[in-house]
Amino acid sequence: MAEIVAGIGISHVPALGPAVDAAASGQDTNPDMKAFTDVGTWLAQTKPDVVVVIYNDHGASFSFDLVPTFAIGAAESYLPADEGFGRPPLPAYPGDAELSWHIIDSVVPEGFDLTVCQSLDVDHGFSTPMKVLFGTPEAWPVKVIPLAVNVVQQPTPSARRCYELGLAIGRALRSYPKDTRVAVIGTGGMSHQLQGERAGHINPDFDQQFLSEIVNDPENLASLSNPDYIHLAGSEGAELVMWLIMRGALGQNVEAGLSGYVIPVANTAAGVVAMQNAG
Amino acid sequence: MVEKPNMSFDQIPGTYVFDGRRSRMGYPLNKMSAALNNPADREAFQSDPEAFMERYGLSDEQREAVRTRDWLSMIKHGGNIYFAYKIGVMDGLTVQQVLAAMTGTSAEEFKQMMSNGGRQPNG
Repeated sequence: MAEIVAGIGISHVPALGPAVDAAASGQDTNPDMKAFTDVGTWLAQTKPDVVVVIYNDHGASFSFDLVPTFAIGAAESYLPADEGFGRPPLPAYPGDAELSWHIIDSVVPEGFDLTVCQSLDVDHGFSTPMKVLFGTPEAWPVKVIPLAVNVVQQPTPSARRCYELGLAIGRALRSYPKDTRVAVIGTGGMSHQLQGERAGHINPDFDQQFLSEIVNDPENLASLSNPDYIHLAGSEGAELVMWLIMRGALGQNVEAGLSGYVIPVANTAAGVVAMQNAG
Repeated sequence: MVEKPNMSFDQIPGTYVFDGRRSRMGYPLNKMSAALNNPADREAFQSDPEAFMERYGLSDEQREAVRTRDWLSMIKHGGNIYFAYKIGVMDGLTVQQVLAAMTGTSAEEFKQMMSNGGRQPNG
C-alpha cells in the first residue's frame, strides 16, 4: 500500500531559489535560512517516490478565460511554463498519471469536483519548491502530481474546503494498492501583498502562529474566512490555505521535523515546515 | 490562537480584492497581459502597444494606465497583479520596482521597507 511519508509547507516566491543557493554556499550567513537549506536533505531521508505539489498558477496556464477551483495534473510529464521570460531551461517533470487517476477516482465521487488536466505547464508556484527541495538535477528524482488551486480570483475555495480536500486526498493516497512513498507539498505564502496601497504588507505574528497551528491546530486555521486570510496574510499571502490541503492529507497527529521563517525574500515573508505522521 | 478579524473584502485597507466585479472589469486588460506569455505577442506588444491594446478592447482608462505604467490604476481598473506584472517584465522591471511605483515610493525606499520587516499590519 502507498504511504504518506512527509508533508511540507513552503513558500514559492521565485527569489527563494537564489536565496537558498546563497545561504547554502555561505554567501548569505543569515541563520534564519537554515531550515530552507536543510529541508531538501530532510525530505530525501523520507525516500519519496512521488510528490504531490499543491500550488497556484500565476497567469501561465490559466487566464481569466477559465479558472478551475481545483485542477489536478494527470499527465505523463509536465513542462515548466513561459511566464513572460521564456521557458525556463529545466528538465520536464515526470508525472505519475496512474496515481493521479487514483486520486481523481477517489475524491470526485466523494464530492470534490477536480478539473482533470492531461496537459499542464507548471509555473514558479510549482518549480520554486521543486528547486529548493531537489536542486537543479539533470533528471528529477521523483515523479510529480501537480494540484493547482484558484487562490487568485474570489471566491476562492475556503480554508475549510481546502482542509477537507486534503483529508480526502489522504484517504485516496492511503488506499492506493501500490507500494509508493508519497510526500505532499503545500506551497505559497507566507504573509505578503503585491497590490494596492498596502503592498509590502508583512504580518510576522500571524505567520508564526500559522507555522505553529499548521502542525498542532489546523482546525483553527480551517475556520478562518477568506477576508480573514486577506486581512491577516495579505491579498497574495491568502494563498496559505494551500498548506491546509497538505495538512489534511497527513494524519491527525504529526511531528514537526523542521520549521523556519525569514523576512523578506523579495517582497514576501517566507516560511517552511516539514512534518511526518506521529507514531 | 489566531484571532478572526471578521472583516468583509471592502473593509481591508489599501487592498483591491480581485473578485468577480474586478475580474469582469479587468477581463480585456488581463487577457492582453496573459498573451504576453507568448514570445510573438511580446514582440507585437513592444512594436505597437496601441494596436495590441485595441486588439483586446481595453477601456480608455485601462489604455491610459498601460501607457503611463500607472500600476495602481491598472489594479483599480480590474488588473490582476500577476497578469499586470507581465507588462512590467516587458520593461525589465522586478516585482519590487512595480510595487514601489504602485505605492509612490522609490525602489530603494521600498526595498528598505521590506528589509526592515515590511509594511507592518495597520501601519
